[in-house]
Amino acid sequence: MARLTINGQSHNIDVTPDTPLLWAIREQVGLTGTKYGCGVAQCGSCTVHIDGQAVRSCSLPVSAAEGKQITTIEGLAQGGTLHKVQKAWVDHDVPQCGYCQAGMIMAVAALLKDKPKPTDADINKTITNICRCGTFQQVREAIHAAANA
Amino acid sequence: MKHIPQVDRRTFVVGAAAVGGGLALGLDIPFGGPKVVRAQDGSPEITAWIVIRPDDTVVIRVARSEMGQGTITGLAQLVAEELECDWSKVTTEYPTPGQSVARKRIWGDFSTGGSRGIRMSHEYVRKGGATARMMLIQAAANEWKVPAGECTAANSVITHTPSGRKTTFGKVAEAAAKLEQPKEVALKDPKTWKIAGTSVKRLDTADKVTGKQVYGFDLKLPGMLNAAIKDCPVTGGKVKSFDAAKVASMKGVKKVVQVGDTAVAVVADTFWQAKTALDALPIVWDEGDNAKVSSATIAKWLEEGLTAEQGFVGNQNGDAKAALAGAAKKIEAVYAYPYQNHACMEPMNATARYTADKCEVWVPTQDGEASFAAVLAASGLPADKCEVYKINLGGGFGRRGAFQDYVTQAVLIAKQVPGTPVKLLWTREEDMLHGRFHPVMQCKLVGAFDASNNLTGLHMRLSGQSILANVRPAIVEQQKGRDPLVFQGVADAGEHAFGYSVPNLLIDHAMRNPHILPGFWRGVNINQNCIFMECFMDELAQAVGQDELEFRRKLMAKHPRNLGVLNAVAERIGWGKPAPQGVHRGLAHMKAFNSYVAAAAEISVEGGGNKIKIHRIVAATDPGYAVNPAQIDRQVAGSFVYGLSALFYQECTVKDGRMVEENFDTYDSMRIAEMPKVESIIMPIGGSDPWGGVGEPTICVAAPAVLNAYFKATGKRIRSFPLKNHKIAMTA
Repeated sequence: MARLTINGQSHNIDVTPDTPLLWAIREQVGLTGTKYGCGVAQCGSCTVHIDGQAVRSCSLPVSAAEGKQITTIEGLAQGGTLHKVQKAWVDHDVPQCGYCQAGMIMAVAALLKDKPKPTDADINKTITNICRCGTFQQVREAIHAAANA
Repeated sequence: MKHIPQVDRRTFVVGAAAVGGGLALGLDIPFGGPKVVRAQDGSPEITAWIVIRPDDTVVIRVARSEMGQGTITGLAQLVAEELECDWSKVTTEYPTPGQSVARKRIWGDFSTGGSRGIRMSHEYVRKGGATARMMLIQAAANEWKVPAGECTAANSVITHTPSGRKTTFGKVAEAAAKLEQPKEVALKDPKTWKIAGTSVKRLDTADKVTGKQVYGFDLKLPGMLNAAIKDCPVTGGKVKSFDAAKVASMKGVKKVVQVGDTAVAVVADTFWQAKTALDALPIVWDEGDNAKVSSATIAKWLEEGLTAEQGFVGNQNGDAKAALAGAAKKIEAVYAYPYQNHACMEPMNATARYTADKCEVWVPTQDGEASFAAVLAASGLPADKCEVYKINLGGGFGRRGAFQDYVTQAVLIAKQVPGTPVKLLWTREEDMLHGRFHPVMQCKLVGAFDASNNLTGLHMRLSGQSILANVRPAIVEQQKGRDPLVFQGVADAGEHAFGYSVPNLLIDHAMRNPHILPGFWRGVNINQNCIFMECFMDELAQAVGQDELEFRRKLMAKHPRNLGVLNAVAERIGWGKPAPQGVHRGLAHMKAFNSYVAAAAEISVEGGGNKIKIHRIVAATDPGYAVNPAQIDRQVAGSFVYGLSALFYQECTVKDGRMVEENFDTYDSMRIAEMPKVESIIMPIGGSDPWGGVGEPTICVAAPAVLNAYFKATGKRIRSFPLKNHKIAMTA
């Protein structure tokens, strides 16, 4: 059993301690916005926030996330209002297939918390998520737009 | 290119005849009038493409699949344009393949590949919209007892011009649905478009930024179990044995099943439990003779084909061999292109529920009808007992259209747990091992010049794998062994016609088909053909000391649309003018999927050529008509990410008959840091030529433009790929 706090709610979860956080979130809690893409922390589709930091949940055991504040894409909007990153994503029509975008948005939200006005170099260094549709040009525009919102 | 299997078409015809019409949708037959077909909520269909609800909501049916390319938005724009409806009231839905079969394929082709979503259906979907508009106007005119010719429709409102009376689509929809469809339907002049041709926002963004969008991976059904699968890593191999008892008592495990002759799956409460048990399951494979094959043995076989006597001709005029024999100067080069995996962000998956009376499948698919055919074949049930529900795709790129192996697997698993829905998910590793790979190809090019440095002959010999020989053998048989698709971009005519006039030309193909399963990979054969031809064009120009653009122009007088896009990028990049210090330029162009595309790249190099920075790529597209320019921009920029990732990083290596690379750590994909600035020029010429596609064409021009610039920067001509094998990487 593990006890996880996800988007402010507490969940008792019946998994082995080495189960990746990603699969606990998706299959035990039922929040499927966080995606599986590689399972080896390469692509970033599974990015969530743990105590405000962007973390690739596919490679983190549940045991390491106990007692911490976990935020998923479902918990990013507050009180029905989209997070400024989500809003910029809508304004700039960023997603194509959209599968990687939850992870991308979570990575960007963490970046903006750390660096409210990131430079292109900051973006290049921090945002390393894979997007096979190739939305990067719109992602960069939308990051700057969100930073200036 | 046609992705619908002929055999499947026959199945559909039989299926449609067997089940008759109106199976899936409610029908009511008003006295004396045509049948009204109703959507599930009871709202009437005006035409098969359009349902209008009493609150004026317009539901537009889209048969093609949305996989990020924006097709549902673009197709809805075309329907809405002719319908004259309020764009803010538009929503879309997918008809199911089962419904389509039952209604004699009323929605036409579901296949969403070959950049065909819009270009192959624009006419009939626009007619669907125009027909509905005429019926709605007629219904209003009937109510008002005035001639329909005195009424107009705009923004979902019908107006009787002389009296100024108004009504809305929602109010007359019921009456309109009962009318006969008009036979003569005229389409608007695209010059008068108000919705089509504009950069309206996509219709499907909202749920993609909140995590609400349900992909195949995310599906939840009551009582559903999850499955993980391992197929024999060597294609052609089989399952010899497996020891189910070893994992039967593991947490959550429900069943260990063999899937066909080649695969084993574990069914469990959760996917993670299924995968954990599968990893612990002892499986013995009979890998067969293919286990002896490696990349080196394949390369050797293809190399032999470069000079083999026999080749299938794709494009020919004059006598190339004589021209080469009599040349004052000959230039020769050999290129090679590797296997590549689609690596969609969402790995393959499908969910199936099987009973003796019904087999249902939920699947992210590029071709609902191909999925349907796979369900029929795997379930053994007739068409009226099968159904497929399409779910949005986490990427497609050609992997999820003609190939429905995951659907077959899901049904075969579900048959072993009847009545229970089973969601089959592939791991990334399974996805990488069991792709339908971009085929391998080598190419030998020889150009002949006379004493005055005029190009007098060209021979392009392709040697490598045919996709159609594996996927559509009937077409290859019909062509007496030839695969016409191999010549995309260099063909003698058609949507992939060669963009040069060269005297004494021969382009031919020595077909060599290794056991690795080939597939349609975004752009398909234009990827390598454009590198081969457009890099060699630079080699030819440089051999005779001519400007690369001028050299091309001399061969393009009869190819005005190719020339149009090439000139556009040359002008925008500043070809012929000095580049910034250390910056070098390259060009490429091609006709693909009936669009004309060109690119010009600016790069600089560091580390003795081991690092390439791509500063900008200017891309021009002439698709004939542009339905949503903003989405075309995104397809162009996205195609460069896909194409440049392939150029720099991606190769699937064959060792012991199986693929070596199993995840993104060894099969990399470019990140935002490496993304060049892409400047897109959209220059639709209009006219009556067939429309071009935009999902794929530009993918092919980025790589040769960058390679040609790299030669300018370093004097090194790279002829085998990916560039990582030459220790060359992209840099920010």
